[in-house]
Amino acid sequence: MNTVIAARRWFFYGLLCLPYLGILWVPFYNRIDPVVFGIPFFYWFQFTWIIVTAIITAIAYFARV
Amino acid sequence: MNWTALIVFVLLFALVTVLGFVAASWRRADLNHLHEWGLAGRRFGTVVTWFLLGGDLYTAYTFIAVPALVFGAGAIGFFALPYTLMVFPFVYLVFPRLWSVARRHGYVTASDFVRGRYDSGLLALVVAITGILATMPYIALQLVGIQVVIAAMGFTGTGLAGDLPLILAFVILAAYTYTSGLRAPALIAIVKDLLVYITIIAALIVIPAQLGGFAHIFASIPADKLLLKPPAGGNLGSYSAFATLALGSALALFLYPHAVTGLLSASSRQVIKRNMALLPAYSLVLALIAFLGYMAVAAGVEHDPQYAAYFRSYGANFAVPALFLHSFPAWFAGLAFAAIAIGALVPAAIMSIAASSLFTRNIYKEYLRPRATPAQEAGTAKLMSLIVKLGALAFVIFLPASYAIQLQLLGGVWIIQTLPAVVIGLYGRWLHRWALVGGWLAGMLTGTAMVAAQHFKSSIFPLHLGAFIVPGYAALYSLIINIVAAVVLTLLLRALRAPAGADATAADDYRHDTA
Repeated sequence: MNTVIAARRWFFYGLLCLPYLGILWVPFYNRIDPVVFGIPFFYWFQFTWIIVTAIITAIAYFARV
Repeated sequence: MNWTALIVFVLLFALVTVLGFVAASWRRADLNHLHEWGLAGRRFGTVVTWFLLGGDLYTAYTFIAVPALVFGAGAIGFFALPYTLMVFPFVYLVFPRLWSVARRHGYVTASDFVRGRYDSGLLALVVAITGILATMPYIALQLVGIQVVIAAMGFTGTGLAGDLPLILAFVILAAYTYTSGLRAPALIAIVKDLLVYITIIAALIVIPAQLGGFAHIFASIPADKLLLKPPAGGNLGSYSAFATLALGSALALFLYPHAVTGLLSASSRQVIKRNMALLPAYSLVLALIAFLGYMAVAAGVEHDPQYAAYFRSYGANFAVPALFLHSFPAWFAGLAFAAIAIGALVPAAIMSIAASSLFTRNIYKEYLRPRATPAQEAGTAKLMSLIVKLGALAFVIFLPASYAIQLQLLGGVWIIQTLPAVVIGLYGRWLHRWALVGGWLAGMLTGTAMVAAQHFKSSIFPLHLGAFIVPGYAALYSLIINIVAAVVLTLLLRALRAPAGADATAADDYRHDTA
């Protein structure tokens, strides 16, 4: 039983670490294309991560981690 | 003089002044206790905490300096986005533990916690002094923010007459912080944030339309500023600088005393956790504010002769005020300037409360008057909050603004050196208390030396690794040195059987909640 609880907790810890992986690897998003609504990728990629991070944190909150 | 803007500005300023004094009787309690004056009785729920932390962390200087950096340097200025994004999961996981242990033991500052956890007055003193040192220039920078918008409304006098509006604003701020404590900025933060949201939404609707859409705005940015400089010839260039600046700033943010004050005033752990999912709303606003830098480039305000004198005095910091004057009708520019100036008052009040709490708890009560009554404690904190603000005011009036900016740069490098004692301390006390003092010293010295090597102009240090050059944030590099030193010294001190002191906290203290 305890291993299930521990596994569940580590799953959410992993989830909360995702934004760091997504945003710290700069070469992945330091480019112009694809442009969306006139906004280069570099900018809307970071903007999207703000929203995704808020959602991840909310999921962790509702899962009572 | 821009009278329309000025009248709107003064009216809004008068409104928050009234709120500041009225706040003393909001959730009335005996303000002669430090936890009532400085933490508002730890009773703030989700909504007030959201406004308070938002008003506290996203300061007037942020609204001026982030777009100014984007305006001047381009893509690197957007490090503010990954920075504020990485803060929240980190704080979500770590800082509810600080709230819990502080609640159970009545801790008001991070230094109080370190004192209890490690049984070391010296380590607590070191953490307190670092906090005060890092906060002082931060308060001064808020004043620089007010100065810029006051100038934008046409106050261009020199000498005492030129500084008079700023002095007046600060005397008012000092008075209601003295009488109402943390309740004042908490109440004012609600007005401030509403004004900021109104301003940003209006800017987003009005300005891109005037400039021909986002595609046109981005087309006016020089190609070399639109993206980060890619690595070349063994130099990682802007890539490592961007990532380390964001990560280091994220780790440092909640070590600042004013952030700790905001956290500890929450009424429960759940309030903190809930806010970590809700605060990114401010990050979205910050992202939009950063775009204002590009809009200012596209609008060509720098080449407008009517703003030339201001740009000479304030440099890129005038980009946003110039953009507002250029794009908005005068009354709305007044509202936007009020948002920035009130946005300076909220964090300045919280910072002075936090710094004076540190002084009172960890210097005055620890070393000067151990038997101080709660009323003496609160009285000292109130008095110190005045002294701290006066110091910041004198700093801005008598010294060039560049000193405050450089010291604030150093402040970030300094405050992160308390991370091992505070954050690692929340999880265990394997690190020896004296080793933590040693690590702190190593981090402070190397971090300061790295910034000094850049002549205090930048906190990006070009680290040489063999043939590679990895430019990175000095705070992060010096933090690594700090932690390595603390680990090595701990092994040494344990081998010598140096006394570890008694832990005043128990494992259960870190998880308990009020519910």
